[in-house]
Amino acid sequence: SIALSFLLTSHAAAAITREAERKRRGRRRRRRSISSALLLLNPRLKSFPSRRLIGVPLLLTLGGFITRQVPLPLPSLAASRISFDLPSIGFNFRCVISLMGVEVATNYAKMEEDISLTDSQLVYSFRLALKSVSSGDTESYRRLVDVMNPSGRLAPDEAALLLTSTKALSGAVADIDDLHHEKLLKAIFNLSLWNFGPDVIDALLELIVSLAASNGKHVDSCLDMLVSNFTPPNKVLDMLKQPRGLEKKERVLPRVHAALKNISELVPMAASRLSSIVLEQMPWKSKRNVDQWSMKRQLIYVENMFKLESGAIREFVGANMLKDVMNVLRDLDVAIGWDDILHDDSSKGVFMIELEDENYADGDEDADADGKLPSTLSEKSLSKNLTAELLDSLMVQTFEHLESSVSNKRLSEVFDTLLSSFKDTVLNTYKSKFTQFVMFYACALDPEHCGTEFASELIDMFVGGHNPLTSRMSAVAYLASFLARGKFLPPAFVASYLGRLVDWCWQYCVMHDGDMNPKLHQVFYSGCQAMMYILCFRMRLMVEIPLLKSQLFCMPIDKIFKHKLDPLKVCLPSIVEEFLKQAKAARLFTSSKTFVFEDLLVSNLSRDFGGLERLDMFFPFDPCLLKNADSFIRPNYVYWKYVRTTYHEDIDDDDEEDGSDGEVEGAAEFDDDMEEVIISRSYGDNDLEMDEFDYAMNKMSITPRNNSSAGLRMPSRIRPSMSPESL
Amino acid sequence: MEGLSVVAANLKVFLQPSQSNNLTLAIFRELSALLFKYHDEFDGVLLAYNVHAPENKGRILPGVHPFIAVRLEAKLLVFSPKPDMLLEGKVVKVAEESIHVIVLGFSSAVITDEDIRNEFKYKTKHGQGLYVNRSNKRHVIKAGTMIRFVVKSMNEETLHIYGSLIPANTGSIKILEKSSEHTNTESVTINSTPKKRRSKEQGVAQITEHGSIVKDAPSHNNYDREIKKPRRS
Repeated sequence: SIALSFLLTSHAAAAITREAERKRRGRRRRRRSISSALLLLNPRLKSFPSRRLIGVPLLLTLGGFITRQVPLPLPSLAASRISFDLPSIGFNFRCVISLMGVEVATNYAKMEEDISLTDSQLVYSFRLALKSVSSGDTESYRRLVDVMNPSGRLAPDEAALLLTSTKALSGAVADIDDLHHEKLLKAIFNLSLWNFGPDVIDALLELIVSLAASNGKHVDSCLDMLVSNFTPPNKVLDMLKQPRGLEKKERVLPRVHAALKNISELVPMAASRLSSIVLEQMPWKSKRNVDQWSMKRQLIYVENMFKLESGAIREFVGANMLKDVMNVLRDLDVAIGWDDILHDDSSKGVFMIELEDENYADGDEDADADGKLPSTLSEKSLSKNLTAELLDSLMVQTFEHLESSVSNKRLSEVFDTLLSSFKDTVLNTYKSKFTQFVMFYACALDPEHCGTEFASELIDMFVGGHNPLTSRMSAVAYLASFLARGKFLPPAFVASYLGRLVDWCWQYCVMHDGDMNPKLHQVFYSGCQAMMYILCFRMRLMVEIPLLKSQLFCMPIDKIFKHKLDPLKVCLPSIVEEFLKQAKAARLFTSSKTFVFEDLLVSNLSRDFGGLERLDMFFPFDPCLLKNADSFIRPNYVYWKYVRTTYHEDIDDDDEEDGSDGEVEGAAEFDDDMEEVIISRSYGDNDLEMDEFDYAMNKMSITPRNNSSAGLRMPSRIRPSMSPESL
Repeated sequence: MEGLSVVAANLKVFLQPSQSNNLTLAIFRELSALLFKYHDEFDGVLLAYNVHAPENKGRILPGVHPFIAVRLEAKLLVFSPKPDMLLEGKVVKVAEESIHVIVLGFSSAVITDEDIRNEFKYKTKHGQGLYVNRSNKRHVIKAGTMIRFVVKSMNEETLHIYGSLIPANTGSIKILEKSSEHTNTESVTINSTPKKRRSKEQGVAQITEHGSIVKDAPSHNNYDREIKKPRRS
């Protein structure tokens, strides 16, 4: 044992000479004495008889030196772990001096004297331990690595040790070298913050931030570590919905985001790296199967992405976050199988199919029996599809994020990014099914600004001759579907964009004085079909408002349809049929030829103009089949079932189709229809009110107010209107 | 502040055919992709450029992809800190072991405690850490101070600078300027070292709060692009 003590003393002496670099000259003697004193207290040296005797005074002197902030040569005691307790003095505390530094785990209440090393001394000892690795002395370093590699649940003293070591390491980051301290860095970066308490998390994040700021090489790994903490370990993932899980989430995520913000403040270029790192670490990537785990992970990951989008560093990463989320939505969308059998198989028209979808959406359990709909794409089959479920949940998250953007008054900048992402990706995605509803919902939240921007972009894209053909056709299909389905769009808005569309089509007719040729004039035919589609949904509304009615009747619609290019033959038969029915009833346009379609949905001609991608049958905003997402969309959506057409039977009138018997324009009959119309407010369009007043006034006069090109005739019947508003 | 220089360069960019309808935009995009990165050719970090095409046209290269080659003449603002140069930056964090500085708004610099001269003592005041000069209590370095420091080395990949506050002419700029005023009024002749002369020729750049450079300089350095904070599209 004496030999051992000599060994230890010499070891201590060696350590002291190493420290001779420090500029604290006069205190060397004192340090030597302290180190030997500590050696004497080593319980392993049992043969020292006077251990107990000298114990107390030694401790007190030790305390005295410590309070005067003398750096202790602790690494020199690397060989042993000294612990002592002094029950005889009645001090009820345990002082643990570990090799790394001194950590005082004062666990118990009764303390007469607080023995602690200052932070600077702790840091100093850590730095020495780190520096000594390059010279071959890895003992203390290895123990440090062990401390930073906790496994399982941490006992309180282990947690305290981790806490203190982390804090000390934060000060020593300048000496952490990626070459020599690879294991330590690996240990630090593998830690999952979800397992620890708040103060340990704070300390760890402080360490990460200091690490990133001290050396540019560590920035990427630090960001990686932070981003990997976006998702919790599997155990926590399970209970995320429960209070315990929620509490953990609240504990970890805000701190992680604060750490990201701190890093980008200290290292400006880090923010530019963050977007690519976030993209890399996405739990679900395209062409992978979705299972329960990846679904949950993806959901919380996207939640974090949205936090970044609206958080402190949104200036640098926000746009990329949004675009990446849209890409994920689109990838999931594409991954869901889309069977074209849905349209080709059944001989029903476009509008009929939707009625059946309606039944499903209403949760009608019995609808299964009557549907001739193949089961590939129906709400029922989708509900069993995990990919669809993930897409559904992600879309709901996106909608909620849009709602929160409204409350933060950020919707316009979010929308700008969404729109550019839409143009780049979704617009040209072959038959994207549901992703576009993000745009729909955003427009619903702010029709004036977002709706206008969306419609303008679409029509500009259609009209712009330099754009690729499929983009133009896609854009006009989106425009038509949007104007038809957006319940929040006022009729005047629809009318103005319809007007632009009609004008373009007419210009095209004038410029291209050719014969019908579906393949050559694809763009034109898609434009005409869009016109008809919009009118199928909105004709009644527009015709009921005198101003819009006159606008509508001034449009060269009949000229277009009577032109040589003959769109009525080429466009989708079901739409043409419906349009003709309505136009006839509204006296807008009646075709001189009769079209016998035999309930055909598609014809060869429409297939020709639709091209390979069948853009003739592309109705992007057809009812959303994702249940949860649909609940957001519903209040803003126009269902075909509820659309009042111009030939619709009115509540007060038994005798419906006045205009159904063959003959052409009768201004009389038209006036009759108008008189009998009951203006119901089922759409809640408030700007109808002023027009309605005018309309009500007009109804009381008997002068014909129809200024269409049809011949004016005196009304044959004048009946008092049954509508209450006119009275 | 040293390390900034304006370089005249002859460049050639190759543009994709799809960008031929707006070549100017394409040229700007190509050059902007080079910003805030270290380039061996320029021996520094490109911060700003002022470019024009002398011929006003580009040649279409023969080949599978007919790229358009455009010759350009450009004036480039290059930042190339070398060891022993004096740089100025804003302190963002003061810790006992290090001072973190941001130079020109994009480059992070760190000065470890070993490189801080003994005159400076670390103190904590109101929860904030700061370094106080023992000989001049007014000389304080804390978060938000603009300081001048000497470059020890720079990591070109990450644009990370290691600095030092050991030389006597380093520290808080305000205090240094004040003290140099005093010495200037005393002595008539200004001691111009080669370094100072070089920086005078290049024009003294004023660094504003947010790290953007405002030029107020001799005529041949007439570029008008402001340096922006790093933005990643």
